[in-house]
Amino acid sequence: MDEILEILEKDSRTTPEEIARMLKKKSGFVRKAIKGYEKDGVILKYKAVINKEMIRKEDGSVRALIEVRVAPQKNVGFDHIAERIYQFPEVTSCYLMSGTYDLLLVVEGKSIHMISNFIAEKLSPLENVRGTVTHFLLKKYKEDGDLLKRPRSEKRLAISL
Amino acid sequence: MKMNKKAEIIPPSGIRAFFDLVLGMKDVISLGVGEPDFTTPWNIRETAIYSIEEGYTSYTSNKGLLELRHDLSRHLKSAYGLDYDTEDEMLITVGVSEAFDLALRALLNRGDRVLIPEPCYVSYGPIVTLCGGEPVFIRTRPDNGFKITAKDIDRYCDKKTKAIILNYPNNPTGASYSREELKGISRAVSRHDLAVLSDEIYCELTYDFRHTPFPMLAGMKERTVYLNGFSKAYAMTGWRIGYACAPREIIHHMTKIHQYTMMCVPTVSQMAAREALKRASGSVQAMKREYKRRRNYIVSALNEMALDCHRPEGAFYAFPSIKKTGLGSMDFSRALLKEENVAVVPGTAFGPSGEGYVRMSYASSMENIKEALVRIKRFLNRG
Repeated sequence: MDEILEILEKDSRTTPEEIARMLKKKSGFVRKAIKGYEKDGVILKYKAVINKEMIRKEDGSVRALIEVRVAPQKNVGFDHIAERIYQFPEVTSCYLMSGTYDLLLVVEGKSIHMISNFIAEKLSPLENVRGTVTHFLLKKYKEDGDLLKRPRSEKRLAISL
Repeated sequence: MKMNKKAEIIPPSGIRAFFDLVLGMKDVISLGVGEPDFTTPWNIRETAIYSIEEGYTSYTSNKGLLELRHDLSRHLKSAYGLDYDTEDEMLITVGVSEAFDLALRALLNRGDRVLIPEPCYVSYGPIVTLCGGEPVFIRTRPDNGFKITAKDIDRYCDKKTKAIILNYPNNPTGASYSREELKGISRAVSRHDLAVLSDEIYCELTYDFRHTPFPMLAGMKERTVYLNGFSKAYAMTGWRIGYACAPREIIHHMTKIHQYTMMCVPTVSQMAAREALKRASGSVQAMKREYKRRRNYIVSALNEMALDCHRPEGAFYAFPSIKKTGLGSMDFSRALLKEENVAVVPGTAFGPSGEGYVRMSYASSMENIKEALVRIKRFLNRG
């Protein structure tokens, strides 16, 4: 992966000028490369990683992993039904899987009630959906490479030779 | 009580008071740390935990676990083309520090002179003294990138000169040597029939060219003690594990001293080191890329604020000149600490030719480096 992307993936606040300094490039070059990535959809958006485990429970949300078995359709395979499903805003992630089921969804709602409503009223009635298995998430420890806890304090001596 | 003369002669670390000042302060942004800011990669830590669970808690061979020496021998061969015999030419030690001490104890007789390019790591001079030798410091200068040349060796050598200590990439200057530069040095080493102690602990962190181990140069293997370890490349400073590779005779004597003083390196650290050699090269490369970006950033920012700084070729230290501020190294460091809560190490900690310089470690998060540089700029503008 291009180092510009590696740097931004780690900290998207890094400015083109700072990246230019780190890579010994002209800032114009970096800015142009980033524009290109944005235009091509390599960089989709910039956002903060929020540790929702730290947010008070009443503001929090409930998450579930849902395994979905689907009957594939002629010519379009799973893509069409996947699209029907991932358009729902409750669905935060959607993956096509190998193994005993076909789609894996991550679904988020204000309560267990809302998620079960979504499954009963939206997901299961879909024509090609053959069955679902729902797992509620109890606690998140790590997500996309980030540990979901307060950064640990410095363990090194503040000065050494 | 009457104390040992040599112990009395060696100076206490001159900047102890400054260190105590830093350690006593809160919320300091420190660019004064001489070790990686990464934690040891998890696969290495996990292997160590497992080895304890499995009951690997006894002594190992004095020379170190045979399996570790095998792995190490393979690693040195494939990474650098170095060829050392597992049985006779390798010794696993408690960090490079122990290996360095053993090598000097094995080699030096009273009055032998040892050349030490300076500024240098703090322990070289005192250990030479403790081993009965006489340190002879070669001053290096920024206009030559803080490097020595064959001419320097010629100038400083006399009949009593027994050995030279090399350390590249260098702590504190970050200077390193290309193969061509080393060739010149090796010719002077042969001319004066010197033993070489080559401390290459930072070798994996060489950014602009391929690192050449000193024993790879023609005729140098038979006179070199090659010193290296796991601390810097694998972020394993606290495990205290390093090694020496050298001709059979030197290792033989070093091993005797080691067996009477240290017996062996802690077994858990040796198990961890095996895992490091086997499965951590990806982590090493990722850390190196990150260090390189930080180096480029800090050097360019320092030069922009008129703290002249040569570009270090390795390690994780920038060594800018602070002469333009009109302050000495210690005064600069104290004032920066007091006024802006930023810690750096005065260049004088590494010898008198470090006067006018400070060491800034970029083994610190990018965020810390950026904030420290903002504060340093503010400090300079205040004049």
